[in-house]
Amino acid sequence: MTDRPDRFVDDAPFDPTASALDLERADLDAPGWVLVWRKFRTHKLGLISGLFIAFSYIMLPFWGFVAPYGPNERNEEYLYASPQKIRLFHEGEFIGPFIYPVTAEANLTTFQWEFVPDTDNPAPLRWFCEGTPYKLAGFIPSDTHLFCPAEGTTVFVWGSDRLGRDVFSRILYGAQLSLTVGLIGILVSFSLGIFFGSIAGYFGGGIDWVINRVIEILRSLPELPLWLALSAAVPSNWGPVAVFFIISIILGILDWPGLARSVRAKFLSLREEEYVRAAEMMGAKPGRVIGRHLLPNFASHLIASATLSIPAMILGETALSFLGLGLRAPAVSWGVMLNDAQNLASIEIYPWTALPMVPIIVVVLAFNFLGDGLRDSLDPYQD
Amino acid sequence: MSTLRYALYRMMTMVLTLLVVSVLVFAIINLPPGDYLSNQINELRATGQSAGVAKAEFLRREYSLDQPLWKQYMIWVGFLPGPNGFSGLLQGDWGWSFEFERPVADIVGDSLWLTVVVNLAAVLFIYAVALPLGMLAAAKSRSWIDYTAALVAYLGLATPNFLLALILFYYGHKYFNLPIGGLMDPIFEGQPLTWDKLQSILVHLIVPTFVIGTSGASAMTQRLRANMLDELGKPYVETAIAKGLSERRMLVKYPLRVAFNPFVADIGNLLPSMVSGSVLVSVVLGLQTIGPTLLTALKTQDQFLSGFILMFVALLTLIGTMISDILLVMLDPRIRYEGRES
Repeated sequence: MTDRPDRFVDDAPFDPTASALDLERADLDAPGWVLVWRKFRTHKLGLISGLFIAFSYIMLPFWGFVAPYGPNERNEEYLYASPQKIRLFHEGEFIGPFIYPVTAEANLTTFQWEFVPDTDNPAPLRWFCEGTPYKLAGFIPSDTHLFCPAEGTTVFVWGSDRLGRDVFSRILYGAQLSLTVGLIGILVSFSLGIFFGSIAGYFGGGIDWVINRVIEILRSLPELPLWLALSAAVPSNWGPVAVFFIISIILGILDWPGLARSVRAKFLSLREEEYVRAAEMMGAKPGRVIGRHLLPNFASHLIASATLSIPAMILGETALSFLGLGLRAPAVSWGVMLNDAQNLASIEIYPWTALPMVPIIVVVLAFNFLGDGLRDSLDPYQD
Repeated sequence: MSTLRYALYRMMTMVLTLLVVSVLVFAIINLPPGDYLSNQINELRATGQSAGVAKAEFLRREYSLDQPLWKQYMIWVGFLPGPNGFSGLLQGDWGWSFEFERPVADIVGDSLWLTVVVNLAAVLFIYAVALPLGMLAAAKSRSWIDYTAALVAYLGLATPNFLLALILFYYGHKYFNLPIGGLMDPIFEGQPLTWDKLQSILVHLIVPTFVIGTSGASAMTQRLRANMLDELGKPYVETAIAKGLSERRMLVKYPLRVAFNPFVADIGNLLPSMVSGSVLVSVVLGLQTIGPTLLTALKTQDQFLSGFILMFVALLTLIGTMISDILLVMLDPRIRYEGRES
């Protein structure tokens, strides 16, 4: 702020015949999404995050293929096995990806299992091999995995948990629930938020007052205790799928007021525009004015704010499951997995049980960067 | 004078909000099928213990749980007198905890003010961190201070609170010999407040305050930075520099003063999420606040206990929000005058 900008000097050669308006016009005539995309493209962090998120969601149905084990497959011989490294070089010689097979030995002074690698017999990984059956995309039965350990050995890339389940495979399977919970939650929150926000902003008056009070009350309440209370109300005999849906709906129900508030504020100003009056003059019903004329006006803002509220839902699911009030085993989500890492002992002795926090942090960061990038590029005319 | 009137108005809306919240809380608590006593009665019947059944039936009548729901609500809040001397929340009778078999007041007692202390410490922490950091980030924007602040802010938002708590506990104990778990040394529990006890509480508060405050502090820092940057672009700043004011004096005297208002108002927006965070963190770290009690109460459908705690948490946030609103009016004359005109 103290160092003032230097005088701007364009180093391109000056062409007196070129019209100053040419380039500008082409830019201004481009449709909105081209301008937004052009600006978004320069936002490197947002772009990379967007690609990463798209990749994560596209891969969701196929994680069963990548994971070497099933989500609830137990290996009784390998409880709390430490992570095994996939190596390429055995005694200085390249023999492709392999692992050193480990055997569990009980340490009678610490009362822990210790895993002793057998460094003489490298066991190369098998590719496209047969393993635990699973359903590709939820309905195509298959038992081909991308990679498996050699016969009689194990491959716990990120260790195994207290029941000997592979943490790596579980993280991949957990993504399916943890990432979709946010999507369903945002769907619920959006329908409620847009519905209440738009009728409050469009009609005003008494409806507006009531909805506004409800929004204020809901926003002033701490979310987590209410989430806890609502999830505690879910009957314990419901199946995992029902619980999953109800949890995402609960997450959505308490999230809508923020959105409704911004929708309402936007509607209050847009309602006075000429094109709205024109539409009304031509006899358009309120539903049509809202849906066809007003909402498309700031659909892009809605998308940006959706991107920014999904991470809150992912974190919410994690917190609920972590406390044992969200998803329950046998469902696998990152929060359910972290439930195992609840005490200091596991953090100290088996730090890999806390590994699901890495994908959580990465995904939440990616959503935040993407949302920020989108928000910045929504106004293509502003610098 | 108008500030006083505004304060009164805010008080009234708060009371009304509390009323609505009480209905909400009551509805949520009664959502799950069955309740603690009928579950217990069924269980006792199944095992053939008639003495227990009689006791449970007595409790049911005592707390009027055999009445229709709307009546139960009125009695719980205290609008209607209970049949057997149960006078309801408004008269300070918070009911009976079936799980712990003691009055609710006995169970929550100490943990109420510890909850307030933890949250207060977190608020102070947020201000203490966000104010200098936000100012620095704005004054030296696009420098390493700015980028570090942004990085910390993003990480603070993305890391789940409870994990941060566990990890900080572990490393805090390992490297700084900070105590693990609880809010005070066990020997001080139930003791009157002494200097030693206070010290013990302060040392135990370090990690929880940090954990609860981090996400709030990062949000606040970014907000203050944005506000300051807006102000720094304005002509009066240029005038101040041209006048030859030293940079620090200029910053503190003008832009900070303006950017400070939203900063104060924001604590109202942050409070709900902070109280949420403190409940979660308390459960994980075993702090003697009402968090862990709430979790047990919810899991066992102990309705008076969970109802009271939910109401208390709501009250805490509402009071915090009200204070921040009133402070804002006192700080910002523009808001005061606008209120008067309308």
